[in-house]
Amino acid sequence: MSVKQISIFLENKPGFLAEVTKVLGQNNIDMRALSVAESSDFGIARIIVDDVYKTTTVLKDAGYINSVIDILAVALPDVPGGLSNVLNVLADAKVNIEYMYAFLGGKTGGAYMVFKVADQDKAAAALNKYRIRMVDQEELGEL
Amino acid sequence: MAERYFQPEIETASREQIRAWQDERLVKQVRHVWENVPYYRKKMEEKGLTPADIKGVDDLHKLPFLSKDDLRDAYPYGLLGAPLKDCVRIHSTSGTTGKRVVAFYTQEDIDLWDDCCARALTAAGATNEDVCQVSYGFGLFTGGAGLNGGSHKVGCLTIPMSSGNTERQIMFIRDLNATILCATPSYAAYLGESMKEMGLTPAQIPLKAGIFGAEAWSEEMRQDIQKTLGIRAFDIYGLTELSGPGVAFECSAQNGMHINEDHFIAEIIDPKTGEVLPDGQQGELVFTALTKKAFPLLRYRTKDICVLSHEPCPCGRTHVKMCKPRGRSDDMLIIRGVNVFPSQIETVLLNMGYPANYQIIVDRVNHTDTLEVQVEMTPEVFTDSMGEIAQRQKALVDGLRSMLGLTAKVSLVAPKTIVRSEGKAVRVIDKRKI
Repeated sequence: MSVKQISIFLENKPGFLAEVTKVLGQNNIDMRALSVAESSDFGIARIIVDDVYKTTTVLKDAGYINSVIDILAVALPDVPGGLSNVLNVLADAKVNIEYMYAFLGGKTGGAYMVFKVADQDKAAAALNKYRIRMVDQEELGEL
Repeated sequence: MAERYFQPEIETASREQIRAWQDERLVKQVRHVWENVPYYRKKMEEKGLTPADIKGVDDLHKLPFLSKDDLRDAYPYGLLGAPLKDCVRIHSTSGTTGKRVVAFYTQEDIDLWDDCCARALTAAGATNEDVCQVSYGFGLFTGGAGLNGGSHKVGCLTIPMSSGNTERQIMFIRDLNATILCATPSYAAYLGESMKEMGLTPAQIPLKAGIFGAEAWSEEMRQDIQKTLGIRAFDIYGLTELSGPGVAFECSAQNGMHINEDHFIAEIIDPKTGEVLPDGQQGELVFTALTKKAFPLLRYRTKDICVLSHEPCPCGRTHVKMCKPRGRSDDMLIIRGVNVFPSQIETVLLNMGYPANYQIIVDRVNHTDTLEVQVEMTPEVFTDSMGEIAQRQKALVDGLRSMLGLTAKVSLVAPKTIVRSEGKAVRVIDKRKI
Protein backbone atom coordinates (compact mmCIF):
# COMPACT_ATOMS: atom_id res chain seq x y z
CA MET A 1 0.00 0.00 0.00
CA SER A 2 1.71 3.15 -1.18
CA VAL A 3 1.31 6.38 -3.10
CA LYS A 4 3.37 7.85 -5.93
CA GLN A 5 5.65 10.74 -5.21
CA ILE A 6 7.00 12.89 -8.03
CA SER A 7 10.32 14.62 -7.40
CA ILE A 8 11.28 17.62 -9.52
CA PHE A 9 14.78 19.03 -9.94
CA LEU A 10 14.94 22.69 -8.95
CA GLU A 11 17.80 24.80 -10.13
CA ASN A 12 18.87 27.31 -7.51
CA LYS A 13 17.65 30.54 -9.01
CA PRO A 14 14.82 32.95 -8.25
CA GLY A 15 11.48 32.04 -9.79
CA PHE A 16 12.30 28.45 -10.67
CA LEU A 17 9.75 26.90 -8.30
CA ALA A 18 7.21 29.56 -9.29
CA GLU A 19 7.58 28.45 -12.93
CA VAL A 20 7.07 24.79 -12.01
CA THR A 21 3.92 25.49 -10.01
CA LYS A 22 2.63 27.75 -12.77
CA VAL A 23 2.94 24.93 -15.30
CA LEU A 24 1.09 22.57 -12.95
CA GLY A 25 -1.65 25.13 -12.30
CA GLN A 26 -2.16 25.85 -15.98
CA ASN A 27 -2.72 22.14 -16.54
CA ASN A 28 -5.24 21.89 -13.70
CA ILE A 29 -3.05 19.70 -11.57
CA ASP A 30 -4.02 19.79 -7.93
CA MET A 31 -1.21 19.13 -5.52
CA ARG A 32 -2.13 17.12 -2.45
CA ALA A 33 1.22 17.59 -0.81
CA LEU A 34 4.43 19.50 -1.42
CA SER A 35 7.78 19.48 0.28
CA VAL A 36 10.98 21.17 -0.81
CA ALA A 37 14.44 19.98 0.13
CA GLU A 38 17.41 22.17 -0.58
CA SER A 39 21.20 22.06 -0.63
CA SER A 40 23.41 25.07 -1.12
CA ASP A 41 23.07 24.99 -4.88
CA PHE A 42 20.00 23.03 -5.95
CA GLY A 43 16.67 21.83 -4.64
CA ILE A 44 14.16 19.01 -4.99
CA ALA A 45 10.42 19.59 -4.93
CA ARG A 46 8.55 16.45 -3.90
CA ILE A 47 4.87 16.44 -4.72
CA ILE A 48 1.92 14.11 -4.41
CA VAL A 49 -0.91 14.45 -6.93
CA ASP A 50 -4.01 12.55 -8.02
CA ASP A 51 -3.03 12.11 -11.63
CA VAL A 52 0.56 10.95 -11.76
CA TYR A 53 0.67 10.13 -15.46
CA LYS A 54 -0.66 13.52 -16.51
CA THR A 55 1.66 15.37 -14.15
CA THR A 56 4.82 13.63 -15.29
CA THR A 57 3.84 14.14 -18.94
CA VAL A 58 3.23 17.83 -18.36
CA LEU A 59 6.53 18.21 -16.50
CA LYS A 60 8.46 16.33 -19.15
CA ASP A 61 6.95 18.40 -21.95
CA ALA A 62 7.89 21.58 -20.10
CA GLY A 63 11.48 20.33 -19.79
CA TYR A 64 11.58 19.60 -16.07
CA ILE A 65 13.59 16.65 -14.85
CA ASN A 66 11.52 14.44 -12.57
CA SER A 67 11.41 10.98 -11.10
CA VAL A 68 8.61 8.91 -9.59
CA ILE A 69 8.85 6.56 -6.62
CA ASP A 70 6.48 4.66 -4.35
CA ILE A 71 6.25 6.11 -0.90
CA LEU A 72 4.27 5.45 2.29
CA ALA A 73 1.42 7.79 3.24
CA VAL A 74 0.05 7.24 6.71
CA ALA A 75 -3.22 8.56 8.18
CA LEU A 76 -2.29 10.00 11.55
CA PRO A 77 -4.67 9.43 14.44
CA ASP A 78 -5.86 12.91 15.42
CA VAL A 79 -4.88 12.55 19.06
CA PRO A 80 -1.95 13.89 21.08
CA GLY A 81 0.98 11.56 20.55
CA GLY A 82 -0.40 10.30 17.23
CA LEU A 83 2.83 10.95 15.30
CA SER A 84 4.99 9.75 18.16
CA ASN A 85 3.13 6.44 18.11
CA VAL A 86 3.78 5.93 14.40
CA LEU A 87 7.46 6.84 14.76
CA ASN A 88 7.83 4.41 17.66
CA VAL A 89 6.41 1.60 15.57
CA LEU A 90 8.94 2.33 12.82
CA ALA A 91 11.76 2.68 15.35
CA ASP A 92 10.91 -0.65 16.98
CA ALA A 93 10.96 -2.28 13.54
CA LYS A 94 14.40 -0.67 13.02
CA VAL A 95 13.23 1.18 9.94
CA ASN A 96 15.34 4.21 9.07
CA ILE A 97 13.44 7.28 7.86
CA GLU A 98 15.14 9.21 5.06
CA TYR A 99 12.67 12.06 5.04
CA MET A 100 9.02 12.78 5.87
CA TYR A 101 6.48 15.54 5.49
CA ALA A 102 2.86 16.18 6.43
CA PHE A 103 -0.27 17.15 4.52
CA LEU A 104 -3.93 17.63 5.26
CA GLY A 105 -6.85 15.94 3.57
CA GLY A 106 -9.00 18.68 2.02
CA LYS A 107 -12.29 16.84 2.38
CA THR A 108 -11.61 14.67 5.39
CA GLY A 109 -9.68 17.32 7.30
CA GLY A 110 -7.42 14.53 8.60
CA ALA A 111 -3.64 14.76 8.93
CA TYR A 112 -1.39 12.56 6.83
CA MET A 113 2.32 11.91 6.94
CA VAL A 114 4.47 10.83 4.00
CA PHE A 115 7.48 8.65 4.81
CA LYS A 116 10.46 7.77 2.66
CA VAL A 117 12.05 4.82 4.41
CA ALA A 118 14.97 2.55 3.65
CA ASP A 119 12.89 -0.64 3.70
CA GLN A 120 9.33 0.02 2.64
CA ASP A 121 8.06 -3.57 2.98
CA LYS A 122 9.34 -3.84 6.51
CA ALA A 123 7.80 -0.47 7.41
CA ALA A 124 4.43 -1.39 5.89
CA ALA A 125 4.39 -4.71 7.74
CA ALA A 126 5.12 -3.02 11.05
CA LEU A 127 2.45 -0.35 10.51
CA ASN A 128 -0.08 -3.00 9.51
CA LYS A 129 0.66 -4.98 12.61
CA TYR A 130 -0.28 -2.02 14.79
CA ARG A 131 -3.30 -1.24 12.61
CA ILE A 132 -1.95 2.12 11.54
CA ARG A 133 -3.82 3.00 8.41
CA MET A 134 -1.99 3.72 5.16
CA VAL A 135 -3.39 5.44 2.10
CA ASP A 136 -3.05 4.22 -1.48
CA GLN A 137 -2.99 6.19 -4.71
CA GLU A 138 -6.67 5.52 -5.42
CA GLU A 139 -7.74 6.77 -2.03
CA LEU A 140 -5.81 10.04 -2.50
CA GLY A 141 -8.56 11.46 -4.69
CA GLU A 142 -11.09 11.06 -1.92
CA LEU A 143 -9.09 12.82 0.74
CA MET B 1 72.35 49.27 -6.80
CA ALA B 2 74.53 47.71 -9.46
CA GLU B 3 72.83 45.08 -11.57
CA ARG B 4 73.82 41.55 -10.59
CA TYR B 5 74.16 38.66 -13.00
CA PHE B 6 74.49 34.98 -12.28
CA GLN B 7 76.49 34.32 -15.47
CA PRO B 8 77.50 37.79 -16.66
CA GLU B 9 79.60 36.57 -19.57
CA ILE B 10 76.53 34.83 -20.99
CA GLU B 11 73.79 37.21 -19.92
CA THR B 12 75.53 40.29 -21.31
CA ALA B 13 77.25 38.63 -24.27
CA SER B 14 77.24 40.45 -27.59
CA ARG B 15 74.47 39.62 -30.05
CA GLU B 16 77.14 38.15 -32.37
CA GLN B 17 78.33 35.85 -29.61
CA ILE B 18 74.77 34.74 -28.81
CA ARG B 19 74.16 34.09 -32.49
CA ALA B 20 77.39 32.07 -32.75
CA TRP B 21 76.33 29.90 -29.79
CA GLN B 22 72.90 29.38 -31.30
CA ASP B 23 74.28 28.45 -34.75
CA GLU B 24 76.69 25.94 -33.31
CA ARG B 25 74.27 24.44 -30.80
CA LEU B 26 71.39 24.19 -33.25
CA VAL B 27 73.46 22.17 -35.74
CA LYS B 28 74.59 19.88 -32.94
CA GLN B 29 71.09 19.54 -31.48
CA VAL B 30 69.47 18.71 -34.83
CA ARG B 31 72.00 15.93 -35.28
CA HIS B 32 71.34 14.70 -31.73
CA VAL B 33 67.59 14.60 -32.38
CA TRP B 34 68.02 12.93 -35.80
CA GLU B 35 70.08 10.18 -34.24
CA ASN B 36 68.03 9.68 -31.08
CA VAL B 37 64.41 10.61 -31.72
CA PRO B 38 62.91 8.52 -34.57
CA TYR B 39 59.60 10.37 -34.16
CA TYR B 40 61.14 13.70 -35.16
CA ARG B 41 63.50 12.14 -37.69
CA LYS B 42 60.45 10.87 -39.52
CA LYS B 43 58.95 14.36 -39.49
CA MET B 44 62.17 15.72 -40.99
CA GLU B 45 62.27 12.98 -43.61
CA GLU B 46 58.71 13.79 -44.61
CA LYS B 47 59.93 17.29 -45.41
CA GLY B 48 62.95 15.90 -47.25
CA LEU B 49 65.35 17.21 -44.64
CA THR B 50 68.56 15.76 -43.25
CA PRO B 51 70.77 17.31 -40.54
CA ALA B 52 73.05 18.60 -43.33
CA ASP B 53 70.30 21.02 -44.37
CA ILE B 54 70.47 22.85 -41.05
CA LYS B 55 73.64 24.90 -41.02
CA GLY B 56 72.55 27.51 -38.53
CA VAL B 57 69.70 29.64 -37.18
CA ASP B 58 68.90 30.88 -40.71
CA ASP B 59 67.77 27.35 -41.57
CA LEU B 60 65.61 26.93 -38.47
CA HIS B 61 62.40 27.81 -40.32
CA LYS B 62 62.82 24.69 -42.48
CA LEU B 63 62.33 22.36 -39.52
CA PRO B 64 58.91 20.87 -38.77
CA PHE B 65 56.95 22.06 -35.74
CA LEU B 66 56.11 20.03 -32.68
CA SER B 67 52.85 20.59 -30.81
CA LYS B 68 51.05 19.25 -27.80
CA ASP B 69 49.37 16.74 -30.14
CA ASP B 70 52.80 15.31 -30.98
CA LEU B 71 53.54 15.01 -27.28
CA ARG B 72 50.31 13.08 -26.85
CA ASP B 73 50.98 10.83 -29.87
CA ALA B 74 54.51 10.13 -28.72
CA TYR B 75 53.51 9.56 -25.08
CA PRO B 76 55.30 8.44 -23.04
CA TYR B 77 58.75 7.70 -24.49
CA GLY B 78 58.42 8.69 -28.17
CA LEU B 79 60.30 11.97 -27.87
CA LEU B 80 62.91 10.76 -25.42
CA GLY B 81 66.31 11.89 -26.66
CA ALA B 82 68.67 10.14 -24.26
CA PRO B 83 69.11 6.54 -23.10
CA LEU B 84 67.16 5.83 -19.92
CA LYS B 85 70.38 5.14 -18.05
CA ASP B 86 71.25 8.83 -18.49
CA CYS B 87 67.81 10.13 -17.44
CA VAL B 88 67.32 10.99 -13.79
CA ARG B 89 63.92 12.61 -13.45
CA ILE B 90 60.57 13.42 -15.03
CA HIS B 91 58.16 16.27 -14.57
CA SER B 92 54.64 16.26 -15.89
CA THR B 93 51.82 18.57 -16.79
CA SER B 94 48.32 18.02 -18.12
CA GLY B 95 47.77 17.27 -21.78
CA THR B 96 44.86 17.95 -24.07
CA THR B 97 42.69 14.92 -23.52
CA GLY B 98 43.72 13.58 -20.19
CA LYS B 99 47.01 12.06 -21.29
CA ARG B 100 49.68 13.92 -19.40
CA VAL B 101 52.79 15.44 -20.89
CA VAL B 102 55.85 13.73 -19.47
CA ALA B 103 59.20 15.51 -19.83
CA PHE B 104 62.55 13.85 -19.12
CA TYR B 105 65.78 15.23 -17.70
CA THR B 106 69.38 14.09 -17.61
CA GLN B 107 71.48 15.38 -14.72
CA GLU B 108 73.03 17.89 -17.13
CA ASP B 109 69.56 19.06 -18.24
CA ILE B 110 68.71 19.75 -14.61
CA ASP B 111 72.00 21.60 -14.04
CA LEU B 112 71.34 23.88 -17.00
CA TRP B 113 67.73 24.41 -15.90
CA ASP B 114 68.95 25.33 -12.41
CA ASP B 115 71.33 27.86 -14.03
CA CYS B 116 68.38 29.47 -15.80
CA CYS B 117 66.45 29.76 -12.53
CA ALA B 118 69.56 31.05 -10.77
CA ARG B 119 69.78 33.83 -13.38
CA ALA B 120 66.16 34.76 -12.61
CA LEU B 121 66.79 34.80 -8.85
CA THR B 122 69.95 36.85 -9.23
CA ALA B 123 68.13 39.33 -11.46
CA ALA B 124 65.57 39.66 -8.66
CA GLY B 125 68.39 40.56 -6.30
CA ALA B 126 69.11 37.21 -4.63
CA THR B 127 72.62 36.42 -3.36
CA ASN B 128 74.11 33.72 -1.15
CA GLU B 129 73.21 35.92 1.84
CA ASP B 130 69.50 35.47 1.17
CA VAL B 131 66.91 33.12 2.59
CA CYS B 132 64.67 31.91 -0.24
CA GLN B 133 61.27 30.40 0.47
CA VAL B 134 60.03 28.27 -2.43
CA SER B 135 56.26 28.16 -2.08
CA TYR B 136 55.57 26.67 -5.49
CA GLY B 137 54.25 23.13 -5.38
CA PHE B 138 56.85 20.36 -5.36
CA GLY B 139 56.26 17.10 -7.17
CA LEU B 140 55.37 16.57 -10.82
CA PHE B 141 54.90 20.33 -11.17
CA THR B 142 58.11 22.05 -12.28
CA GLY B 143 57.68 25.21 -10.17
CA GLY B 144 59.03 23.92 -6.88
CA ALA B 145 61.90 21.89 -8.30
CA GLY B 146 63.04 24.63 -10.69
CA LEU B 147 63.28 27.51 -8.25
CA ASN B 148 64.58 25.19 -5.53
CA GLY B 149 67.46 24.17 -7.84
CA GLY B 150 68.10 27.76 -8.87
CA SER B 151 68.13 28.90 -5.25
CA HIS B 152 70.74 26.25 -4.42
CA LYS B 153 72.91 27.44 -7.32
CA VAL B 154 72.76 31.02 -6.09
CA GLY B 155 73.65 29.75 -2.64
CA CYS B 156 70.56 31.03 -0.85
CA LEU B 157 69.48 29.25 2.29
CA THR B 158 66.55 27.48 0.65
CA ILE B 159 63.24 26.65 2.33
CA PRO B 160 61.57 23.94 0.19
CA MET B 161 58.17 24.94 1.53
CA SER B 162 55.82 23.85 -1.27
CA SER B 163 52.34 25.35 -1.45
CA GLY B 164 49.58 25.39 1.15
CA ASN B 165 49.49 25.70 4.94
CA THR B 166 49.49 29.48 4.94
CA GLU B 167 50.07 29.78 8.70
CA ARG B 168 53.30 27.80 8.49
CA GLN B 169 54.35 29.76 5.39
CA ILE B 170 54.03 33.01 7.32
CA MET B 171 55.71 31.58 10.40
CA PHE B 172 58.79 30.58 8.39
CA ILE B 173 58.97 33.87 6.50
CA ARG B 174 58.99 35.72 9.82
CA ASP B 175 61.02 33.33 12.00
CA LEU B 176 63.71 32.52 9.42
CA ASN B 177 63.73 36.04 7.97
CA ALA B 178 63.01 34.88 4.42
CA THR B 179 63.98 37.61 1.95
CA ILE B 180 62.99 35.98 -1.35
CA LEU B 181 59.63 34.35 -2.08
CA CYS B 182 58.89 32.11 -5.08
CA ALA B 183 55.22 31.29 -5.67
CA THR B 184 52.34 31.67 -8.09
CA PRO B 185 51.25 35.31 -8.14
CA SER B 186 47.82 34.40 -6.77
CA TYR B 187 49.37 32.58 -3.83
CA ALA B 188 51.75 35.49 -3.21
CA ALA B 189 48.77 37.85 -3.18
CA TYR B 190 46.96 35.54 -0.80
CA LEU B 191 49.95 35.39 1.55
CA GLY B 192 50.11 39.19 1.41
CA GLU B 193 46.43 39.53 2.30
CA SER B 194 46.78 37.02 5.13
CA MET B 195 49.71 38.90 6.62
CA LYS B 196 47.84 42.16 6.30
CA GLU B 197 44.90 40.64 8.18
CA MET B 198 47.30 39.59 10.92
CA GLY B 199 48.15 43.27 11.26
CA LEU B 200 51.64 43.02 9.74
CA THR B 201 52.92 46.09 7.90
CA PRO B 202 55.33 45.72 4.96
CA ALA B 203 58.12 46.94 7.26
CA GLN B 204 57.51 43.94 9.54
CA ILE B 205 57.75 41.47 6.65
CA PRO B 206 61.40 40.55 5.94
CA LEU B 207 60.78 39.73 2.24
CA LYS B 208 62.44 42.03 -0.28
CA ALA B 209 61.73 40.36 -3.62
CA GLY B 210 59.59 37.67 -5.15
CA ILE B 211 59.51 35.58 -8.32
CA PHE B 212 55.99 34.81 -9.37
CA GLY B 213 54.98 32.83 -12.43
CA ALA B 214 53.10 29.83 -13.85
CA GLU B 215 49.95 31.86 -14.40
CA ALA B 216 48.90 35.14 -15.96
CA TRP B 217 48.93 38.23 -13.76
CA SER B 218 48.37 41.86 -14.44
CA GLU B 219 50.43 44.97 -13.74
CA GLU B 220 47.77 45.98 -11.17
CA MET B 221 48.26 42.69 -9.38
CA ARG B 222 52.02 43.31 -9.35
CA GLN B 223 51.46 46.71 -7.74
CA ASP B 224 49.15 45.14 -5.14
CA ILE B 225 51.63 42.42 -4.23
CA GLN B 226 54.53 44.86 -4.11
CA LYS B 227 52.57 47.13 -1.79
CA THR B 228 51.21 44.56 0.66
CA LEU B 229 54.46 42.60 0.95
CA GLY B 230 56.81 45.57 0.60
CA ILE B 231 58.83 43.81 -2.11
CA ARG B 232 59.69 43.96 -5.79
CA ALA B 233 57.75 41.33 -7.73
CA PHE B 234 59.28 39.70 -10.80
CA ASP B 235 57.69 37.60 -13.51
CA ILE B 236 59.12 34.32 -14.81
CA TYR B 237 58.15 32.21 -17.80
CA GLY B 238 58.54 28.59 -18.69
CA LEU B 239 56.79 25.39 -19.53
CA THR B 240 57.33 21.80 -18.56
CA GLU B 241 57.95 20.81 -22.18
CA LEU B 242 61.02 23.08 -22.21
CA SER B 243 62.22 22.29 -18.64
CA GLY B 244 60.01 24.51 -16.48
CA PRO B 245 60.28 28.06 -15.11
CA GLY B 246 63.35 29.97 -16.20
CA VAL B 247 62.98 29.84 -19.97
CA ALA B 248 62.62 33.61 -19.60
CA PHE B 249 62.72 35.93 -16.59
CA GLU B 250 62.23 39.55 -15.67
CA CYS B 251 65.13 41.84 -14.78
CA SER B 252 65.25 45.02 -12.68
CA ALA B 253 63.57 46.91 -15.54
CA GLN B 254 60.39 44.88 -14.81
CA ASN B 255 59.36 45.32 -18.40
CA GLY B 256 59.43 42.06 -20.33
CA MET B 257 61.28 38.80 -19.74
CA HIS B 258 64.74 37.98 -21.09
CA ILE B 259 64.74 34.65 -22.87
CA ASN B 260 67.78 32.51 -22.06
CA GLU B 261 68.88 32.47 -25.67
CA ASP B 262 71.96 30.37 -25.10
CA HIS B 263 69.54 27.52 -24.30
CA PHE B 264 66.43 28.40 -26.28
CA ILE B 265 65.76 29.99 -29.66
CA ALA B 266 62.49 31.89 -29.74
CA GLU B 267 60.46 32.53 -32.88
CA ILE B 268 57.12 34.26 -33.39
CA ILE B 269 54.92 32.63 -36.02
CA ASP B 270 51.54 33.24 -37.54
CA PRO B 271 49.48 30.57 -35.74
CA LYS B 272 47.39 29.94 -38.88
CA THR B 273 50.07 29.70 -41.57
CA GLY B 274 53.10 28.77 -39.46
CA GLU B 275 55.06 31.53 -41.19
CA VAL B 276 57.80 33.22 -39.15
CA LEU B 277 56.94 36.85 -38.31
CA PRO B 278 59.43 39.71 -38.02
CA ASP B 279 60.50 41.20 -34.69
CA GLY B 280 57.86 43.26 -32.93
CA GLN B 281 54.91 41.47 -34.51
CA GLN B 282 52.42 39.60 -32.37
CA GLY B 283 52.05 35.88 -32.93
CA GLU B 284 52.54 32.43 -31.44
CA LEU B 285 55.71 31.82 -29.50
CA VAL B 286 57.78 28.85 -30.71
CA PHE B 287 60.84 27.50 -28.87
CA THR B 288 63.74 25.32 -29.88
CA ALA B 289 65.67 23.79 -26.99
CA LEU B 290 69.37 23.93 -27.86
CA THR B 291 70.99 22.17 -24.95
CA LYS B 292 68.44 19.75 -23.50
CA LYS B 293 69.37 16.15 -24.16
CA ALA B 294 66.59 14.01 -22.65
CA PHE B 295 63.66 15.99 -24.05
CA PRO B 296 65.09 17.96 -26.96
CA LEU B 297 62.09 19.66 -28.52
CA LEU B 298 62.69 21.51 -31.77
CA ARG B 299 60.28 24.26 -32.82
CA TYR B 300 57.78 23.54 -30.11
CA ARG B 301 54.59 25.55 -30.46
CA THR B 302 53.70 27.01 -27.07
CA LYS B 303 50.30 28.36 -28.21
CA ASP B 304 51.13 31.48 -26.19
CA ILE B 305 50.49 34.69 -28.10
CA CYS B 306 53.40 37.02 -27.60
CA VAL B 307 55.71 39.74 -28.95
CA LEU B 308 59.53 39.72 -28.90
CA SER B 309 61.71 42.80 -28.52
CA HIS B 310 65.42 43.26 -29.21
CA GLU B 311 65.42 46.82 -27.81
CA PRO B 312 68.49 47.33 -25.58
CA CYS B 313 67.56 46.80 -21.93
CA PRO B 314 68.78 49.17 -19.18
CA CYS B 315 69.72 46.13 -17.09
CA GLY B 316 72.58 45.36 -19.45
CA ARG B 317 71.33 41.94 -20.49
CA THR B 318 71.49 41.39 -24.23
CA HIS B 319 69.10 38.48 -24.54
CA VAL B 320 65.83 39.08 -26.38
CA LYS B 321 62.79 40.00 -24.29
CA MET B 322 59.29 38.56 -24.54
CA CYS B 323 56.18 40.31 -23.28
CA LYS B 324 53.76 38.63 -20.88
CA PRO B 325 51.75 36.15 -22.98
CA ARG B 326 48.70 38.03 -24.25
CA GLY B 327 46.50 35.02 -24.80
CA ARG B 328 46.40 31.54 -26.27
CA SER B 329 46.00 30.28 -29.79
CA ASP B 330 44.21 27.21 -28.41
CA ASP B 331 41.54 26.83 -25.73
CA MET B 332 43.88 26.01 -22.86
CA LEU B 333 43.11 27.79 -19.61
CA ILE B 334 45.63 28.40 -16.86
CA ILE B 335 43.85 28.17 -13.53
CA ARG B 336 45.83 28.63 -10.35
CA GLY B 337 48.94 27.76 -12.34
CA VAL B 338 47.44 24.51 -13.65
CA ASN B 339 46.88 23.91 -17.37
CA VAL B 340 43.27 23.00 -18.05
CA PHE B 341 41.76 22.00 -21.38
CA PRO B 342 37.98 22.01 -21.74
CA SER B 343 38.34 18.62 -23.43
CA GLN B 344 39.66 17.14 -20.17
CA ILE B 345 36.55 18.28 -18.33
CA GLU B 346 34.40 16.85 -21.11
CA THR B 347 36.20 13.51 -20.82
CA VAL B 348 35.40 13.29 -17.11
CA LEU B 349 31.75 14.20 -17.66
CA LEU B 350 31.24 11.66 -20.43
CA ASN B 351 33.05 8.93 -18.48
CA MET B 352 30.74 9.53 -15.53
CA GLY B 353 27.57 9.35 -17.61
CA TYR B 354 26.83 13.06 -17.92
CA PRO B 355 25.89 14.66 -21.22
CA ALA B 356 28.41 16.89 -22.99
CA ASN B 357 26.29 19.91 -22.06
CA TYR B 358 28.50 21.84 -19.75
CA GLN B 359 29.91 25.25 -19.18
CA ILE B 360 33.17 26.25 -17.57
CA ILE B 361 33.19 29.51 -15.65
CA VAL B 362 36.56 30.88 -14.60
CA ASP B 363 36.79 33.90 -12.37
CA ARG B 364 39.27 35.53 -10.05
CA VAL B 365 38.10 36.28 -6.52
CA ASN B 366 40.56 37.99 -4.15
CA HIS B 367 43.41 37.28 -6.57
CA THR B 368 42.61 33.57 -6.60
CA ASP B 369 41.26 31.78 -9.66
CA THR B 370 37.99 29.94 -9.28
CA LEU B 371 36.72 27.17 -11.53
CA GLU B 372 33.05 26.30 -11.77
CA VAL B 373 31.70 23.55 -13.98
CA GLN B 374 28.00 23.78 -14.70
CA VAL B 375 26.41 20.53 -15.76
CA GLU B 376 22.88 20.01 -16.97
CA MET B 377 20.87 17.64 -14.79
CA THR B 378 19.67 14.48 -16.51
CA PRO B 379 16.89 11.99 -15.66
CA GLU B 380 19.61 9.36 -15.12
CA VAL B 381 21.37 11.37 -12.46
CA PHE B 382 18.26 12.73 -10.77
CA THR B 383 16.59 10.96 -7.83
CA ASP B 384 14.33 12.05 -5.00
CA SER B 385 17.20 11.75 -2.54
CA MET B 386 19.25 14.83 -1.72
CA GLY B 387 22.02 12.67 -0.29
CA GLU B 388 22.36 10.58 -3.42
CA ILE B 389 22.54 13.59 -5.72
CA ALA B 390 25.04 15.27 -3.42
CA GLN B 391 27.11 12.08 -3.54
CA ARG B 392 27.08 12.05 -7.34
CA GLN B 393 28.01 15.70 -7.32
CA LYS B 394 30.93 14.93 -5.01
CA ALA B 395 32.01 12.02 -7.23
CA LEU B 396 32.15 14.46 -10.12
CA VAL B 397 34.24 16.92 -8.10
CA ASP B 398 36.60 14.05 -7.21
CA GLY B 399 36.76 12.90 -10.84
CA LEU B 400 37.62 16.40 -11.99
CA ARG B 401 40.21 16.75 -9.26
CA SER B 402 42.01 13.59 -10.25
CA MET B 403 41.99 14.62 -13.92
CA LEU B 404 42.92 18.29 -13.46
CA GLY B 405 44.63 18.42 -10.10
CA LEU B 406 42.26 21.23 -9.19
CA THR B 407 39.16 21.51 -7.07
CA ALA B 408 36.23 22.71 -9.15
CA LYS B 409 32.81 23.75 -7.95
CA VAL B 410 30.22 21.60 -9.70
CA SER B 411 26.80 23.17 -10.18
CA LEU B 412 23.83 21.21 -11.42
CA VAL B 413 21.56 23.27 -13.62
CA ALA B 414 18.24 22.61 -15.33
CA PRO B 415 18.28 21.03 -18.80
CA LYS B 416 18.69 23.34 -21.78
CA THR B 417 19.75 26.28 -19.63
CA ILE B 418 23.35 26.39 -20.82
CA VAL B 419 23.58 29.15 -23.36
CA ARG B 420 24.05 27.99 -26.91
CA SER B 421 25.06 30.25 -29.73
CA GLU B 422 24.24 29.00 -33.21
CA GLY B 423 23.33 25.66 -31.66
CA LYS B 424 26.79 25.21 -30.17
CA ALA B 425 27.28 25.64 -26.45
CA VAL B 426 29.63 28.36 -25.30
CA ARG B 427 31.99 26.19 -23.31
CA VAL B 428 34.17 28.64 -21.48
CA ILE B 429 33.34 31.91 -19.81
CA ASP B 430 36.49 33.53 -18.49
CA LYS B 431 35.55 36.49 -16.31
CA ARG B 432 39.11 37.18 -15.17
CA LYS B 433 40.43 40.60 -15.96
CA ILE B 434 44.14 40.11 -16.41
